[in-house]
Amino acid sequence: MSHSMVLASPAATTTRELAFWILAIIAVVAGLGMVLARRAVHCAVLLAVVMLSLAALYALQGAPFLAFVQVIVYTGAVLMLFLFVLMIVGISAADSIVETIRGQRLAAGVSGIGLLVLLSLVVGHAAIGPASPAKASFGSSNVTGIARLLFTTYVFPFEITSALLITAALGAMVLAHRERTSPKPTQRSLSRQRIAGDHPTPLPGPGTYARHNAVDMPALLPDGSPSELSVSEVLSGGGQMGSPGTTALSAGTSDQENAANAGDA
Amino acid sequence: MVSPAHFVALSVILFVIGGVGVLVRRNALVVFMCVELMLNAANLAFVAFARMHGTLDGQVIAFFVMVVAAAEVVVGLAILTSIFRARRSASVDDASLMKY
Repeated sequence: MSHSMVLASPAATTTRELAFWILAIIAVVAGLGMVLARRAVHCAVLLAVVMLSLAALYALQGAPFLAFVQVIVYTGAVLMLFLFVLMIVGISAADSIVETIRGQRLAAGVSGIGLLVLLSLVVGHAAIGPASPAKASFGSSNVTGIARLLFTTYVFPFEITSALLITAALGAMVLAHRERTSPKPTQRSLSRQRIAGDHPTPLPGPGTYARHNAVDMPALLPDGSPSELSVSEVLSGGGQMGSPGTTALSAGTSDQENAANAGDA
Repeated sequence: MVSPAHFVALSVILFVIGGVGVLVRRNALVVFMCVELMLNAANLAFVAFARMHGTLDGQVIAFFVMVVAAAEVVVGLAILTSIFRARRSASVDDASLMKY
């Protein structure tokens, strides 16, 4: 009951208002950024921001259980799943700028504005009343209240949900499963392949003799040229290989100058 | 005082942002993320209506939406990986085998 009393006090009301506006602005800006960001990874991170701010908004609305479920299920599980698939698909996969259907972006923007106007009119005409007086079911006894509803009124949908989850898990396994078409390579065949191939020796590590040893920095060969072999194909194929040439060297000279200046001082 | 109407308005804005994202983006993963944003916006409206009516039914519905969204993501991402295996691309434009 102490929670409901806290909700009612005027200072807490101001705090709630402030929290709502801050979280709403964060959510909308991150949502817009998600639509506009070109890289899928940035979209995923911005979606995490939106989901976390929505979790805080749930807590603000007297739904602490949903707030925690939002953080654990959405930000924890669903978004991690997105990131896993992102790693499979390619982390650097960026959308192309070119439109495949002419005028599609314009049409999407216009229909988005249309939808916004339509929904705003609907919400504006609907009689959305003020929040009901604070009750214990929106505070300390929220979990027990939801559990009571879930296991009495909504027990049948709840059971259906379990069937849905099992179906989804099985479906995902069937879809992601792949039969092995060739025999599994043995250690013998792998070493034979290596000796017969171009590189019997281990490949050069990234960053050898270069300015720094980050994984995207190719190793330098004795003549100073970068070695493509030293960088993982995931990075070099995605165009993410660092260039040891101009930037690193110029940075190096400036570093040396700085060091010289520091020595003079 | 922040009323449920504020929360519903915010959910409308987020829903529209997600809808525009679904229409604009080409990467199937990002399209999925935008669908998730729309589902989250709907959840926010449910929670706001639950607060307005003073009952917990809206919160239970939002909980069910979360479960269904999780199942949808699992199956959708599995489809996406199998398409990626076949086509080496995650763009929605490249999965057009049944177009004509």
